[in-house]
Amino acid sequence: MTGRGILLLALAGALLLAAPLVADRYVLSVLTTVLWFAYVGQAWNVMMGFSGLLSLGHALYVGLGAYVAAALFVHFGIGPWLGLWAAMLAAVAAGSFIGFLSFRFGVRGVHFALLTIAFAEVARIGFDHIGWLGGSAGFFIPVAEEAGNDLANLRGSPVLFYYVALALVAGALALARALLHSRLGYQWLAVREEPDAAEASGVDLFRARMSAVVVSSALTALGGVFQAFYFNNLFPEQVFSMGRSIEIILPAIVGGIGTLFGPILGAFILTPLGELLTYLIEVTGYDLPGLKQLFYGVALVAIVVFRPEGVWPWLARRLGLARRPGETAVPPNREGTR
Amino acid sequence: MPFDFYLNIVASGLLTGLVYGLAALGLSVIFGVVRVVNFAHGEMMVAGMYGSVLLAGWAGLDPLLSAPLVAAALFAFGWLLQRGVVNRFVERPEHMQFILLLGIATIILNAMLMLFGPDSRNIMLPYSFDTVEIGPLLLDAVKVRAGIAAVLVAAALFAYFRFTRTGKAIRACADNPLGARVVGLNIDGLYALTFGLGAAVVGVAGALMTLLVDSRPQLAPEYTLLSFVIVIVGGLGSLPGALLGGVLIGVTEALAGFLLMPSMKSLFTYLVLILVLLLRPQGLLGKRA
Repeated sequence: MTGRGILLLALAGALLLAAPLVADRYVLSVLTTVLWFAYVGQAWNVMMGFSGLLSLGHALYVGLGAYVAAALFVHFGIGPWLGLWAAMLAAVAAGSFIGFLSFRFGVRGVHFALLTIAFAEVARIGFDHIGWLGGSAGFFIPVAEEAGNDLANLRGSPVLFYYVALALVAGALALARALLHSRLGYQWLAVREEPDAAEASGVDLFRARMSAVVVSSALTALGGVFQAFYFNNLFPEQVFSMGRSIEIILPAIVGGIGTLFGPILGAFILTPLGELLTYLIEVTGYDLPGLKQLFYGVALVAIVVFRPEGVWPWLARRLGLARRPGETAVPPNREGTR
Repeated sequence: MPFDFYLNIVASGLLTGLVYGLAALGLSVIFGVVRVVNFAHGEMMVAGMYGSVLLAGWAGLDPLLSAPLVAAALFAFGWLLQRGVVNRFVERPEHMQFILLLGIATIILNAMLMLFGPDSRNIMLPYSFDTVEIGPLLLDAVKVRAGIAAVLVAAALFAYFRFTRTGKAIRACADNPLGARVVGLNIDGLYALTFGLGAAVVGVAGALMTLLVDSRPQLAPEYTLLSFVIVIVGGLGSLPGALLGGVLIGVTEALAGFLLMPSMKSLFTYLVLILVLLLRPQGLLGKRA
């Protein structure tokens, strides 16, 4: 990273740390949502961006993490700091199962993406029918009074959740950076770009791909734990939905797949854009169902048509941050279908 | 007579499955040739459904008669879409094609939501409640007609690819795009034609679907996923596979909906998909890559 890059990163970090001093409740809730999507987008990026595995079912890991931690808390009084390990374990187990089946049987590309959707859908319909977890009527965590911040049980004010989300994003960024510059990270990139060449030079494809799934699903499950305790309610139709999986992948795609700052930038673009649209629709009184989503669709098409490598690589060049071409990673090659 | 009972459920699922299969056929044609996964497939299908509903409302047209008009409209849409946007993405990475078509799907879905509202609409026909008796089978007349029409359209499509010059040219593109270019075929034009054909086929499937279910915009994502599942189960790029997959999924749904809970029927659809992907990833009738 260049000196200017470190300076900008420090400045952005300081601004985010200081934000609760000036932000009101609404702005804080928007920022928390931004950070949540930045975090899970980063987690998804480990699979797609670093290792070239297109997962369209990441809602599965969010939902498993959320439900496991929430169930342990509600039914057994086990707090989230212990529960998150179980949550990560559940998501890693599911991810490893999908990965094991896919990579053993040579399921790739479109087929792999379809399989991830299928498992998320199975979970959605399955959780709809688990009465112990509320079924389709939803599962609720008792809402705590806002007077005291109880970090041990993750109960408290929006400011507490904001800082937890910020810590998640910072942690995921640091981890992703460390991984990317590790032996494993280089293996991932090699597998993403040229699986055959990577295998020929001694990379164990199965292990490299599996480790990407494990890291990504574990990180995503943490996002689920946060979601459960932040919103206090879980509905299978929402947490496991295909729509949620798509929301998770959008920040990384808009920001730039395979880049460290892409998912964060993408989340800072998409969530406020959605809020702005809601606001405009309210102000103009032109309230038609679907109008907001229609704009979302147009924005999506516009981004892939005009800025296909994502916004971050372009912005990084503009800010003079890309020292070497490798520093803003190249989007993955077309692989898998043929 | 429990056996007759099950036979009826299977037959009913089979007829619905033929319409599913026709929808999936459109997806399979597009993927097999253009190599782009049409994530807006269910949206196009529901657009076809609304086309039929509107024509029934304005002109009192039976969906079987409005199907050709719907097909023509969707052919034009698919052709323009491929020419205008998708063609630039043919060589791009998969995830980008996915995002592009997802954006298009979102636009179509929400445009329909704004135009028609979220409430479901149905078409009343003189034979809506008639039944057809064949031996031990007692079938809904609408389902029989929809199933037969689906088979006829599929047969016409097979014949087109098998016997016409353009159909052969399209198959050449699917087999080897570079070779097809070398022998002087207009690849971009054939891609646009194929996308149009796929859209027309799914439009007809939508028109036939109005005989079976009420039209709602929210059905679209469901049908997209359903078409994918069927194509993967049947084998990517295999046209008979799409029909077979459709029938298999239709029967599975019917049996699961009856034996368990209707809300669990799609669970079994996905379980079939997972099984097929694991045991025979190329699909039932697909060739190994």
